[in-house]
Order: sequence, then C-alpha cells, then structure tokens
Amino acid sequence: MANHSITITVNGGRERLDVPSNMTLLQLLREKLALTGTKNGCTAGECGACTILMNGEPVNSCMVLAVEADGAEIVTVEGLADDGQLTPMQEAFVKHNAVQCGFCTPGMLISAHALLKRNPHPTEEEIRLAMVGNLCRCTGYLRIIKAVQTASKRVSQSQDEGGA
Amino acid sequence: MTKFTSDPVGKSVPRVDVYDKLTGIALFADDIQFGPSLYYARLVRSPYAHALIKRIVTSKALEVPGVKAVVTGKDAPELVGMYLVDRPVLAGERVRYFGEPVAGVIATSEAIAEEATRLVEVEYEELPAVFGPMESIQPDAPLLHPDLGKYKVASFIFPEPGTNISEHFKLRKGDVESAWPRCAAIVEGTFRLPQIQHVPLEPHISVALWEPSGQVTLWTSTQSPHAQRDLIAQSINIPHGNLRVVSPYVGGGFGGKAGVTMEACAVVLARAVKGHPVKLRLTREEEFVGTTMRQSLVAHTKIGCDAEGNLLAMETQYHFGGGAYNDYGVNIIRAAGYSCTGPYDIPNVKGDSYCVYTNLPIGGPMRGFGMPEIHWGIEQIMDQLAEKIGMDPAEFRRRNCVRTGDIILTGMEMPAIDLVACIDKVAAAVGLGKKEEPSASHKRRGKGIAIMWKAPAMPPNPGSSAVVRFNEDATLNVEIGAQELGQGSFTVAAQMAAHALGVPYEWVRVSAPIDTRYSPYEWQTVASRITWTMGNAVKAAAEDARRQILQIVAEHWGEDPDDLDIKNGKVISYKSEQEQPLQNMVIYGLPNENFEGWKGGPIVGRGMFMPTYVTNLDFETGQGTRAVVHYTVGAQAVDLEVDTETGQVEILKIASAYDVGKAINPDLVLAQIEGGAVHGMSSAFEELKFDEQGQPLNRSLVDYRIVTSVDVPKEIHGDFVETPLEDGPWGARGVGEHVMVQTAPAIANAISDALGIRFNDLPLSAEKIFMALEERGR
Repeated sequence: MANHSITITVNGGRERLDVPSNMTLLQLLREKLALTGTKNGCTAGECGACTILMNGEPVNSCMVLAVEADGAEIVTVEGLADDGQLTPMQEAFVKHNAVQCGFCTPGMLISAHALLKRNPHPTEEEIRLAMVGNLCRCTGYLRIIKAVQTASKRVSQSQDEGGA
Repeated sequence: MTKFTSDPVGKSVPRVDVYDKLTGIALFADDIQFGPSLYYARLVRSPYAHALIKRIVTSKALEVPGVKAVVTGKDAPELVGMYLVDRPVLAGERVRYFGEPVAGVIATSEAIAEEATRLVEVEYEELPAVFGPMESIQPDAPLLHPDLGKYKVASFIFPEPGTNISEHFKLRKGDVESAWPRCAAIVEGTFRLPQIQHVPLEPHISVALWEPSGQVTLWTSTQSPHAQRDLIAQSINIPHGNLRVVSPYVGGGFGGKAGVTMEACAVVLARAVKGHPVKLRLTREEEFVGTTMRQSLVAHTKIGCDAEGNLLAMETQYHFGGGAYNDYGVNIIRAAGYSCTGPYDIPNVKGDSYCVYTNLPIGGPMRGFGMPEIHWGIEQIMDQLAEKIGMDPAEFRRRNCVRTGDIILTGMEMPAIDLVACIDKVAAAVGLGKKEEPSASHKRRGKGIAIMWKAPAMPPNPGSSAVVRFNEDATLNVEIGAQELGQGSFTVAAQMAAHALGVPYEWVRVSAPIDTRYSPYEWQTVASRITWTMGNAVKAAAEDARRQILQIVAEHWGEDPDDLDIKNGKVISYKSEQEQPLQNMVIYGLPNENFEGWKGGPIVGRGMFMPTYVTNLDFETGQGTRAVVHYTVGAQAVDLEVDTETGQVEILKIASAYDVGKAINPDLVLAQIEGGAVHGMSSAFEELKFDEQGQPLNRSLVDYRIVTSVDVPKEIHGDFVETPLEDGPWGARGVGEHVMVQTAPAIANAISDALGIRFNDLPLSAEKIFMALEERGR
C-alpha cells in the first residue's frame, strides 16, 4: 500500500502525516491522532456518528479518504469548546438534557454547528432535515431539536451585539 | 462560579457525564489506547442456518503474513450462558444460525485478519433448518439441541429435552372453562411479532488480554461487567479473581449488551496469543447477524368480559421464537408467563408461555423483556372487547386494570401503584374519544390508548453494593458497579449519595469506568432495576458514612448524635448550634482538646441491597407468595394520521405517563419517557427480514430503518405519577424499559380508530396498510 504525505489542519493545529492510500479520515483521526471523540458507528456513511467539519462542511469522515483531506481544515468535537468553555450549542445540549449514551452526540453537535453557520435561524423543519443523517437511539431527537433552537437564539443575540 | 445544589433528590440537576460526552472526552471501549502490541481479530461465520461442521482447515489462513493465530471451535469447546448454558463460544460440531462464529483469526491489523478469514476452509454438512416457532414445535421438526437435557440450567427454568422447547411456563388461576359461558363478549386472535434489533449506535466491541500469568482482562462495552466475570470465568474454568472486566461508557445497550454476547469470543481468541491484547469489534452488518435480537412471538390469545365490561377469563399461548440459543432468552418467556395477562385483574387465567429454538439469530433481552411482545396482542383485544360491549376504551381499562392490594395472577399482592391516574393523564393529553379532523382529505385521523405493566425479571436474589469514600476537601467518590448506558444511573447515584449524606450534589464524583477489580458488585444493569436496587445500596452507603461522621463529631462535642445533622457539607447541632465542616475531618478525624489524642479517621461508607422476599412459583400453576419484587405501570395514548394514498402513518403526538414512585431526577425521567416513546414508535415499523435459508436480508442501517429526526412527532407529552414503592430509595422504582412497551399497540389502536382496520402482525409497514385499504376499497 502506497503512502502519501499530507498536510491538514485539525482543530487549528497543522499536521504533516504519512497515510496509506486506503486509510479513511476517520481512521486518521481516531488511530493516528487519537482524536477518539469522533465515533465509528457503521463505517458506511449511514449513522452520522463520525461527522466532522471539513472546510466548514459536515461530512461523514468514514466516507472520506485521508488523502482527500490533504490541505483541508478539519474540526472535530474536540475542537468545539474553547479552553474548556462550552459553545452555546453544547450549553443548550446540557440545558435540554439532549445527551444520553453520548455516542451520537459528537456527530450531532458537528451537524448542528454546521447548520447554524449556514443558516443561523433555521425553522424546526430545517433542523430536522439537517440532522436526518445523524441517528440517535436514546433521546428521540426532540430534545436535540430544541437544543438547536435554543442555540440559534443565542447566536442571533451575539450577532446583534456584534459578536461571533 | 460553581453552583451548589443541596438536597438534590427530586431536582433536575445536570447529568454528571454531560461535559465529557459533549467534548469528546468520554471514553468508550473502542477509544482505549493499547499501543503497538495490540492485535485484531475477525470471526469466520457460518454460511448455513443449520449444519454439521465436518472439517476446518486453517493452514492457508495461517500463511498470511501478519496472521498470529487461528482459533476454531475445537480449540474452544466451552459453553456459555446465563440461565441455560446452551451456547458454544465458537461452534465446534454444529452451527445453528446463519452467521454463527466457527473460528476467529488474530492478526496485526483488522484488514489482514479479515482477509485471512476468507482463507479458513470449513466443510459443512447442511441439515434441515426450521425458522418459525410454530413449525419448530412440530414433532417432525429438526431437533436443534439434542443435548438439551444435559445443559446446566437455573432452578426456575424448565426445558423439555427431546423437543425444541427450552422453557415452558404455566399459569393457572381459577377455571377458564366455566367462565366462557358467562362472557357477554369474547375476542380471540393470533398476533405475530418479527425479530427486531436493538441498534445501539455503538457496535459491540471487546478487547481481551490473556497474560502469561493467567490473569485475564476484558475491556468491553457491556451492561453486565460482573455477570460477565461470573459467566465467562465459569465457562473457561478460571478463578473469578483471574478475570477482570473493565467497562467504560456504553454507547447504547437496550438489552443487547446484557449478559454475554460476543465477549467470550474475544477471551478465547486472546488465549491463543498470550501477552497481546486482542480487539474484536463487530461491524454494523454483524450487529444484525451475530449479536442478540428481540425474540419473535406468535401469541394466540382469547379474552372475555361480561356485559358491564368486567374481564372474566383469559387463555393464551405464547410461542416465542428464541433463535438458535436461548441462554438468556428463556427467562423472557418466564416473565411473559407470570405477567401474561398484562396489567389486568382477571379472575380466570390459563397461560402457557414457550421458548422455542429456531435456526435464526440468538433471541435475547431487549428493552421491555417480553412485555412489548405480549402487550401487542393484549392491548388490541382490550380495545375490541370495549368496542363490542360499547364502552370507551379508557373507561374499560380503568375498570379492569390492576390496583394496589389486588391478588394478581400469580397469587401475589400488588404493591402500591396508581395506573388509573396514568390512564387519566394520557387520555386527557390527547383528548381521547374526541374526533378531530385530518390535515387533508386523503388522510384519516385516529387516537388510541394502551396500558402496561412490567416487573424486573431476574433471579430472586440479584444484589447491589456501593461504597462512599471521601477526599480531603470532603468531595466524595461514589463507587458503584452499575453501568451508565445513557439512562442516567451515574447521575442518580450522585444525587442519592449527596442527599443521604447532606452534601451538595456538585461534591460527588462517580468512580468510573466500572472495573470488577475495584467497583463494588452489581448483578447487571438490566431490568430497569438500577435506580431502585443500586439506589438502595448507595443510600445505605451514604447513611453508613453519615452515621460514622455524626458519631465522631458527637463525641467531640460531648453531644448525642441524634441532635446532630449534616447540612450543605457541615455537621450542625440543633442543640448547641455548633458547626463542624466535613473538610479534613472525613480523612484526618478531629483532635481532642489541647491535641490530647484524636478521634475518627478516613470515613468509608458501605451499603448493599438484595431483595430477599421473592419466592418460588409452582411448576404446574405459576402460583406463589411473591413472584416478583414489584411492578411499574403506565399508559400511553397516540394521535395519528394515516395517508390512504400511501399507507403511511404519521404520528402527531404520543402522551405517556408512568408511576415511577419518586422521580429522583424529573427531567431525566421525562428524557427516558420521550426517548422510549420514539423507540417504541420505531419498533412498530421495524423487522429483521430473512430469506428462505435464514439469512438476514436487511443488515444495514439503510435497509433496517430506525426512526430519524424527520419521523418523530411534533410533540411527546411526558408525565409521571409518584406512588412511593415501599422498598424504593425515596420511593423510586424503575422506568427505563417500560416507556416503549405499549407504544406499538397504542399505534395499532389509533390506526383502527382511523381506518376501522385491525393489524395483528407487526411491522405496521405502509405497504401492509395500503394493501389492507385496497382490499377494503379504501
């Protein structure tokens, strides 16, 4: 198996790595960088547990080859909170008890952050559609949807105040 | 600024695990780092549903560079099991379902192991297979377990050697024959449920290390660390002390990670490469093949009532399709037998519950443990009876449901519950009985109700234990053996310890991961028993610590411990109004006057709980003084629409109410109720499909669909009632499984209300509903 040298930015840090052609981005994150917050639920792009941001877009990292991520900017669940300070989305997940077993949570959070970035004021229907690729067996989804709505309100407030 | 919560029992404090789960820190079994000595394993699985293994040739697989060992059933002849020890760890002589593991390959990478599994040559002699429980009980059916009479079996399980019946539970109360003529209405029907899968988001995973010294460590995602220690140590015949089970957070269990499933495979594979940890993780496809499934059921049930709507008699036969191995499943059948009436007071009952071997995936525990299966038919018949005698379905249930103090079907007195209050709440929440307009002319609107009961199903004496230890600043560690599956067990353990001690909730840490070397004993995190039984142990441990602290301070002050209390982490005297912070004294004790010696020392509180009052049931009648510890009861109502052009069902609202005794954390109870309603809703549309050879067809999350964010109703109305349980901590009883038990029949009853059509068989697929509408001519 040929190796390739790639450079990627993960959660703000630049990494140069040698990766085999058939290594997925999920394997790279979990097995080479020990970023195990991103979960492997199916290795088939069907459950969304491995969702990460690649150049700002949510993708199933099990469906992306590591070499395809050469030059890309990656954000994983570990890159959301800033120096231990939870994001408004994470705080909303606490408030609504939108977490149970926690296995889908990293992917859910990434999809939710990506949604609010492209659409800060989604309707409930838009939230449901944006999260449809992230399966959850515990919560029944409604609390996750409510958490996104709560975070959406916080985003608009901070934007009104000129913050990010 | 940190917030401090005093007296946290009954308050919706945040989960103790939430920060770690939101930031990616929370450790799951596949996240543990083992370094370069780690090997990987893949399993060779049977392509036949029933066959004899004639020969296994491993030489080609062993030639692959990187392959370290190949283990076959001949190398691992052990049987493993919970109540009936009938399951080989790796099949040696015979395979009994498609996908049964016959060998395992260990290699330096998962890819190499996978490649080498294809080079293991297995010669089979195919045998006739049987897939349905009704076919499997026929005298000419192929016999799956000729050794059924030789298996080790629990004292309360009754297999029938020489047949495919692995358990038969009989319930006899009153005289059904003399009751039928007195019935004004009788409804009889056959109801079928397919096998379905738990679909936890985290697939099964185990890492096993067999050290040259003989010490074995198993890191695994499980609901049952202690039960695995017991069952696997017995199976492979090593001292229990040589097997350490470490279990970090579990990414969803729902019963699928209870008992032993694939973990024993990892252990026997590791035995072949001593000194190297061996990782065995199942693919999503294997989840649908090689783990446990919910059992299928064919229920034939007849129930009658008088003209006033009083239930008079019930006769039922439950034939559960238990799959190839019934080691855990047999007890589901027992539970279905001793609870066979559902939550009703019926004077005459004849019930027979059978567990039947079939050549399909292993049937095992799943959220509800037999109750979703039996309530599917019972709750539809109750609606039909109510309709026949012209009574409102909610009123029919109020009239007949179990009440506190009733002598129930097994002869046991019903502990305190209030099911009528649950019925009232859900009926009001959906406006049951009030017709509402559908959203379009091609849609039909309907509402339905269903009620349930469930007892924790377990051996009579499953124990819990807990330890409370302090840090110097009086923050404390609660040690438990109960597992956190998402339900919130760690959080309620912390709440209970804080409350019983008199310290703020935020001072408590839960010692995790669960590790059988360090964590106190807990039978298993199953049966919705943890809040109750672990809770009692934690409360006892905290009270033990509290007693010790008060004794020391009372001596120090020359007062009576009865005049002292602990509030917000300080010992206070109601008599002298003195105060003593717990800081330091819980480790270092207190000095006597002028430092003339010391009192006390490091405080360790210990507590345990085990129900001691469950009795044996008569084999012929199922009668006994105390069949179970208690029941949790509840009601659900559904408001829905059916699209007559597509047959698709849209659930508009689900209302649920359960009698939880005491909500230790009300919002976590509601989170269970909501998540469970959606799980229950999903289960009404799920089906594991097989071809004629018994091969599962829909082995992916695309083909086996679970409910997604676009399918869930706009509203799930959750509610609870608090009738204290006599021996529950603060009166609490469990609710984690109950929340999905009767959702499917509530949906079926609402569909019947909408369309006037009954569906006796799950799933409620759009195709099935569409065809029924076509047949009727819309």
